Amino acid sequence: MARTLFDRVWDSHLVAEPEGESPLLYVDLHLVHEVTSPQAFEGLRLAGRRVRRPDLTLATMDHNVPTDDRPADDLAAAQLEALHRNCKEFGVPLYATGSGREGIVHVIGPELGLSQPGLTIVCGDSHTSTHGAVGALAIGIGTSEVEHVLATQTLPQRRPKTMRLELSGSLPLGVTAKDAILGAIGRIGVAGAVGHVIEYAGEVVRGLPMSGRMTICNMSIEAGARAGMIAPDDTTFAYLEGRPAAPQGAEWERALDRWRALPSDPDATYDRVVEIDVRELAPQVSWGTNPGMVVSVDGVVPDPADFEDPAERDAAERALAYMALEPGTPIQEIEVDRVFIGSCTNARIEDLREAAAVVAGMRVHPRVRALVVPGSATVKRQAEEEGLDRVFEAAGFEWRRAGCSMCLGMNPDILQPGERCASTSNRNFEGRQGRGGRTHLVSPSMAAATALAGHFVDVRELALEPVA
Amino acid sequence: MKPFRRTTGRVAVLDRADVDTDQLIPKQFLKRIERTGFGEFLFYDWMQDDGFELRRPEAQGAAILLTGRNFGCGSSREHAAWALQDYGFEVVVAPSFGDIFRTNSLKIGLLPVTLPEDDLRALMAEGSGAELTVDLEAQTIGPYGFDFDAFDRRRLLEGLDDIGLTLRHEEEIAAFEAAHPSPIDTRALG
Ligand code: SF4
Repeated sequence: MARTLFDRVWDSHLVAEPEGESPLLYVDLHLVHEVTSPQAFEGLRLAGRRVRRPDLTLATMDHNVPTDDRPADDLAAAQLEALHRNCKEFGVPLYATGSGREGIVHVIGPELGLSQPGLTIVCGDSHTSTHGAVGALAIGIGTSEVEHVLATQTLPQRRPKTMRLELSGSLPLGVTAKDAILGAIGRIGVAGAVGHVIEYAGEVVRGLPMSGRMTICNMSIEAGARAGMIAPDDTTFAYLEGRPAAPQGAEWERALDRWRALPSDPDATYDRVVEIDVRELAPQVSWGTNPGMVVSVDGVVPDPADFEDPAERDAAERALAYMALEPGTPIQEIEVDRVFIGSCTNARIEDLREAAAVVAGMRVHPRVRALVVPGSATVKRQAEEEGLDRVFEAAGFEWRRAGCSMCLGMNPDILQPGERCASTSNRNFEGRQGRGGRTHLVSPSMAAATALAGHFVDVRELALEPVA
Repeated sequence: MKPFRRTTGRVAVLDRADVDTDQLIPKQFLKRIERTGFGEFLFYDWMQDDGFELRRPEAQGAAILLTGRNFGCGSSREHAAWALQDYGFEVVVAPSFGDIFRTNSLKIGLLPVTLPEDDLRALMAEGSGAELTVDLEAQTIGPYGFDFDAFDRRRLLEGLDDIGLTLRHEEEIAAFEAAHPSPIDTRALG
């Protein structure tokens, strides 16, 4: 029978299918960070259990860490210290701050070559879906499940449904993977893929580099999906080859044979198929308080009265009140106070290059405070080798150390109440970047252009004008 | 895990769609390394507003939360489920849930009941403070029946420990590991 990429990975990881219970799935790689793990380790300790496979587990520090010279607050420091202690006690390898390999957990997995096609990957974090870009089944889990995986290296999981999301056409100039996924979530809604694993397919996906594929898979959860996946191909293999954890020599050849057999059969069927043509897609800007509330940069803030569904109308009204926006306001008239370029969605080297190309030789608007936070220590080093740090700093951006930073404001980088921010992250929930803060999600080039202008601008128009 | 069979209690109505886990428990409270004590931070930002639904006198002491679709979407933070339970909620009823939140709730014995929109609307119409009985054994909430996965139901009724359940499959796990040598070793990265 014809099978999908998902079917192949799922079926090959079934450890047991006990009658009347959830199937038990083997976990190939378990990534751990400081925020969702302390209670899991404590649970192991109380039950006298050990970590079954420390060799398949890797921890890093990302959510809490300050990205400049300010110290972590006492609670954050205690949580980071707890991760140190737990990793030591249970033998789990840890890339701590300063190790040179630390970074946002979803950036370092692929970067180290640990995230490989056909693997099952879990992490106590909803954006684990990012790793699906290499053709892995990567699932975000809660703390009880983290404990479960630490103890058993397996996860009881009900088989999810499958959705094929076909992105057809080709992305117009100035329109990025970020715009494609924001546009897609705007179309299918924030609950549009609940219970499903999305396989992204189509010409657009095939043409994207791994960074763009990761951006797309990263935001699967924002459509409610269990995971997002992309079939591995030569782009994937070229990305992985030579990375620290990638197979080498004869192993590499054997791995390639396995990986080439993973993609979905052409006649495979899915529970749902959605096709989105991106030829007319414009850069996207979110206007509300969930990632489905997006509009084209040449559009206006919508009028809640135009929503037919009462729940949506109600949500739109609340969102506009929170965001302090009037219906009908052109997006490009909205002024921002802060710009954040970073997060597991858009803080890989390619994202930083995209933003740097826009700001080179320009100045950040005097009202705007702008921040660039590389996704990992490795990205930071590479960017500095390429001189991107100097491009950003010369333009007036702050150049920081790796971490989640202002994506969630659990560390010193937060918005003040009422501040408005153009952000390359993935969530515009109320208070996400700081209590009372107002987040607009955009691509790296849009964020960069907005930093220069002080309000949203259409990056496509910038690109057409020769930059002096 | 705390078993759940049946509860009779007061209802609180929060008629909003897409309530995300960042609202349920804002990130500044995720730095604690304990599993308890999150109840006082539930809906922290919204609670600052006098008009917030859960601040109303009739919603005090509620055990059953009636809310909108896609409840608990967003972040995987189990702290959201811990906070609801610690605050006093035993049951959350919605037309649909975020997947990870739903799983997290099931893991700790907070009962997530999925109810068709019309039935839920009828319950919400009674308003906060109304009394309601939720019976997992009979799969009923007030006058309505609800669907529930048979395995999850048994786990909750008996308060079974998931890790314990899985460890009954130790032989199968070991056999799987023997047959599938791992392609990675996180300790060998240098
Ligand atoms: S960058 Fe943001 S979304 Fe990504 S892991 Fe960190 S906090 Fe979560």
